[in-house]
Amino acid sequence: MVVVSMITFAIFFLVPRLAGQTPELMAARYVGPRARSDQYHEVAERLGFFDPIHVQYWHWLKAIFVGMEFNYGNGVEHCPAPCFGYSYLRSTPVWPDLLERVPVTASLAIGAAVIWVLFGVSTGVISALRRGSIFDRVSMGTALAGVSLPIFFTGLMTLVIFSYGHPFRITAPGSSYTPFTENPAEWAYDLILPWITLAFLFAAAYARLTRAGMLETMHEDFIRTARAKGLAERAVVLKHGLRAALTPIVTIFGLDLGLLLGGAVLTESTFSLPGLGKYAVDAVMRQDFPQVMGVTMFATFFIVVANLVVDILYAVVDPRVRVG
Amino acid sequence: MVTEISVSDSAAAARTSSAFLEVRELRVHFPTDDGLVRAVDPVSFTLERGRTLGIVGESGSGKSVTSLAILGLHNRSNAQISGEIWLDGTELVGADPEVVRSLRGKKMAMIFQDPLSAMHPYYTVGDQIIEAYRVHNQVSKAVARRHAIDMLGRVGIPQPARRVDDYPHQFSGGMRQRAMIAMALSCDPELLIADEPTTALDVTVQAQILDLMRDLQEEFGSALIIITHDLGVVAELADDIVVMYAGKAIEFGAAADVFERPQHPYTWGLLGSMPRLDRSRTERLIPITGTPPSLIRVPPGCAFHPRCAFVDRTGGLCPTVVPDLVAGPGGHRVRCHLTDQQRREAWDNEIRPKLESTA
Repeated sequence: MVVVSMITFAIFFLVPRLAGQTPELMAARYVGPRARSDQYHEVAERLGFFDPIHVQYWHWLKAIFVGMEFNYGNGVEHCPAPCFGYSYLRSTPVWPDLLERVPVTASLAIGAAVIWVLFGVSTGVISALRRGSIFDRVSMGTALAGVSLPIFFTGLMTLVIFSYGHPFRITAPGSSYTPFTENPAEWAYDLILPWITLAFLFAAAYARLTRAGMLETMHEDFIRTARAKGLAERAVVLKHGLRAALTPIVTIFGLDLGLLLGGAVLTESTFSLPGLGKYAVDAVMRQDFPQVMGVTMFATFFIVVANLVVDILYAVVDPRVRVG
Repeated sequence: MVTEISVSDSAAAARTSSAFLEVRELRVHFPTDDGLVRAVDPVSFTLERGRTLGIVGESGSGKSVTSLAILGLHNRSNAQISGEIWLDGTELVGADPEVVRSLRGKKMAMIFQDPLSAMHPYYTVGDQIIEAYRVHNQVSKAVARRHAIDMLGRVGIPQPARRVDDYPHQFSGGMRQRAMIAMALSCDPELLIADEPTTALDVTVQAQILDLMRDLQEEFGSALIIITHDLGVVAELADDIVVMYAGKAIEFGAAADVFERPQHPYTWGLLGSMPRLDRSRTERLIPITGTPPSLIRVPPGCAFHPRCAFVDRTGGLCPTVVPDLVAGPGGHRVRCHLTDQQRREAWDNEIRPKLESTA
């Protein structure tokens, strides 16, 4: 976590400095273009941009744990812990914004994950078992399209086909989000298109991965042993074949989900969902440094946690990894 | 003289077999891009309960494919299989795969060559034995678990109640093979096929496993097929021996006969290339010259003729005519163009003295 915070900090404080940005220029980003240059200097000083790097880092890190008072001219703003930065453009702390947007991104990511795992893995298994069949060719062709087509294409296509008054219309255009706790049906209805779009991309990759894994494991000796026991083919495939082919899928799944929880930038932008990804994009557009830093830190956190979880899951999935 | 039974004979097809296991004219071919692989072409033998059959041959001689075909474990999508396999009155080649499946594990079971890759790495040894038992027995997990522990104990695994929860990678090679045997025996099969059961093991462990298999066979009274390239193993266990070469059974007889009076030049070669304690250590082994044939382009006539030292004694028959498996005295059958007389002379005068020169 410390490493994560250092990297985030370095990207946003150190890199601009090394690239030749003066503290005044950086401060300008915070106060807006109409300020005078002496105001830039004053703000830069108040925000501590002249402090040595390690002091700046310490202030920033401390804010996460104990909160911070920001004095940027028009009075003191309080940013309570955990303070992931304070947006001077919006005059709001970043943390509540992030918290507000997590449920949207989580709904999107988890819902899509359920769909892509179900479809991707089952398609992969069937394709592997009927290698060379029509089903295999069609699904692998579709999968190739799935991994190749960008979200902003497939997303717009789903919108055109299912949303804008066509005979297949099943849902209203995006840009709305209803919390699950408020109305689950509405929640699913609003998210169905983003789910499908996002799941299509991932399901395609998972189908190919599962197919490859299954083709390999179904030729293993232990599959022959399972058949020699007289097990039904279904049990041979699912209990013995898929179980062994699942290890790399679990790995990728953990990492993918961690990545998405930090914000599905393209999907959220395409469907105007108020999630972390959209937040990040908007913050970048406005050059709102504290917001970008906050959301980056947050997303990095999810990725690190996902890596950790995957490592622990390894031991659950593969007993040979366990020690002792 | 010809003892093989023609499959096309409709009367024969309707007949059942009185033997416990009878394999008649079994052929297994695999069409590939390079041509037709004649993996088994053909093999016939019989086996009774409580007896042990050794199938011997080089790599690629069709031993394993024969055994997999008996269990119905050959690749159904690309194997062309013909002939008959009778197991206790049931014909297996033409049977519904579902019927064969219900027999598999229960009536006939198999022990595989490499127990590390043959056991699932993600399930405990106990779970795998429990699974094998519960496929054919409607019992609770607890009952099956007790049975698994009992089986592990019977194959000589110390502390079976504790080891039952270990994973295959936590077992040593010999222990894994014992566990594999426990798994195969869990449903009390009447036919047990062991495919190179000791090849992956240390020599000392090999002897233990062979002893174990002999003891268990006596205890369970099952018929046993041992597939191996190791003549020492069959000498240890087998009552009857089938020698296979290039997919064909080339010699079939009682173990004592095959070892004492081998009939086929290939069998002579095998015996010559086997180290023996009763031979002087300074003597070199006598390898069979040449290499095993391709199963796609099997040599015409007798498949062994390019490597055979006696090919010039049959008046040109060897490279042109496929010899039949012909019964000699005592049911000892051989697939060779040499006459009985020629073989006896060659064995007594040329081969045996070399093998037993120090005896």
